[in-house]
Amino acid sequence: MSSDTLRDVRPLPRARAFDVQGVSLTALSGLSAALIALMVAVILGDIVGHGWQAVTWEFLAGAPRNGMTEGGIFPAIYGTVLLVLLMVVALIPFGVGAAVYLHEYADPYAWTTQAVRFAVNNLAGVPSIVFGLFGLGFFIQFVGRSIDQGLGLDVVWGQPSLIWAALTLAVLNLPVVIVTTEEALKTVPREMREASLALGATRWQTVRYVLLPQAMPGILTGAILAVSRGAGEVAPILFTGAAYFLPYLPSSPTDQFMELGYHVFVLATQSPDVEATRPILYGTVLVLLGLTLLLNLTAIVLRARLRARLLGRS
Amino acid sequence: MTVEMTDARPSLVTRPAVPPRTGEPKPAAPAGVPRLAARELQLHYGAHHALKGVTLQIPSNSVTAIIGPSGCGKSTLLRSFNRMNDLIPGVRVEGAIEVSGRSVLAPGTDVVELRRRVGMVFQRPNPFPKSIFENVAFGLRMLGLDDRGELGARVEDSLRRAALWDEVKDRLDRSAMQLSGGQQQRLCIARCLAVEPEVILMDEPASALDPTATARIEELILDLKGRYTLVVVTHNMQQAARISDHTAFMLQGVLVEFDDTRRVFTSPSQKLTEDYITGRFG
Repeated sequence: MSSDTLRDVRPLPRARAFDVQGVSLTALSGLSAALIALMVAVILGDIVGHGWQAVTWEFLAGAPRNGMTEGGIFPAIYGTVLLVLLMVVALIPFGVGAAVYLHEYADPYAWTTQAVRFAVNNLAGVPSIVFGLFGLGFFIQFVGRSIDQGLGLDVVWGQPSLIWAALTLAVLNLPVVIVTTEEALKTVPREMREASLALGATRWQTVRYVLLPQAMPGILTGAILAVSRGAGEVAPILFTGAAYFLPYLPSSPTDQFMELGYHVFVLATQSPDVEATRPILYGTVLVLLGLTLLLNLTAIVLRARLRARLLGRS
Repeated sequence: MTVEMTDARPSLVTRPAVPPRTGEPKPAAPAGVPRLAARELQLHYGAHHALKGVTLQIPSNSVTAIIGPSGCGKSTLLRSFNRMNDLIPGVRVEGAIEVSGRSVLAPGTDVVELRRRVGMVFQRPNPFPKSIFENVAFGLRMLGLDDRGELGARVEDSLRRAALWDEVKDRLDRSAMQLSGGQQQRLCIARCLAVEPEVILMDEPASALDPTATARIEELILDLKGRYTLVVVTHNMQQAARISDHTAFMLQGVLVEFDDTRRVFTSPSQKLTEDYITGRFG
């Protein structure tokens, strides 16, 4: 470049001393963030402030007494944990299987694939109460009754129970797991597929021994989201298995169960003495939050370990 | 040699037996039959005509370099021999490709078995995020070999052949991601050797490496020559001159010249080859 062209360069416009747009946008986004943090703090503060005294050993380990104005919530904790675990066991194989099919096997341009994708995306937008009705209609009245008739039983499977509630929740969370697993499969570099196939691995071996291990952190993210949502959803289990009160703990998948979210609803609206149940109500909400956090934390720790191992840092 | 097979994983297709472990030269293709052959090979990516009637024959246990400017089809040609182009949607192939006299484009070709016999090393080192040991053992495990002792012996053997054993023998259980780029690439070569291929295709194997690591890869190629048939795509003409017995020069999907390396670099028969080699374009 000659020095003449340098002289021709026009000077850049001078930066304004005070960047109005920048400052106001920063302030606005900061304010929104602060507002969200404040809301969370207020809710958590209220719950912890009112609830922490109620959470005693008797509360955690006992059953409700005296029309739910006294006693504990152990049956509801037990039911919630069982429900969520059963849901995850049913959900992960189907969700991961569907994602692997969509991402690794299906022809992306085929209309069937597009239809499945469309269905999955729409499933995510269906209100949860509709899933509850679906569970009642499909799992209980159709699948359950068919089993009963087939086995010549009285009413065993064809009634609300733990298994049907767990499966209904699993269907509700299916889109979450499919989408997160697919995203995880997308992040596995093409070089990994090529390396595996070039070594004479079959397509299935490549999925099983190369892609899924690397997608595992993403799959766990899906599981975390599903657990968070599953533990708190009341509408889908309302008709499919949750009980108002049970004097015993569920011992079979065909038993009904008590659940923390539903218990909160019951305590808040169905109690004969709302004032007397208030401390128990706060305590129950606190336990529900704590339990969700605990389940999530387990999955998050597991995920962090997997990530470290994949990056070779362990 | 007895190979203990504990086939714990039921597979959907019948798997070939684990090949015998040997550092001996791979038996040459039958007399008069080249190890690799392409005849009138045409390849289209959608509307793009990537290979325009390529015909060449590569003899057993030699090193062949494929040179040419970016986009000339040299990688595409390389990937035709183990049908890695199948992975790209919308690819059409016509003509014939033969490995040791056997057609690989024929319907019913066992592509999995083909890729075991025709190994591949890629431009960027791509070890799995697994231990060094498991990287080398991967292909063998996929063949159903689970015996710990046999796996260990074969992994050591492959690492020795890839000139990596002394550097990693004390940390086989450590992650392959902790190795340097050059070590990772030699690990990828060891991983490829473990399944006893006859042919090793290398797609610019040193272009992502520093000069020292590049020199070690070149040494390794010269060391493997004579026991395996190597085909190396490179944009580095000095490298092609240093390592190869035969050189193929490609331009815009056409094989312009294919001859002994010395002749290609000293007295090419085509004007285009001479222009490219002397740096008049490229």
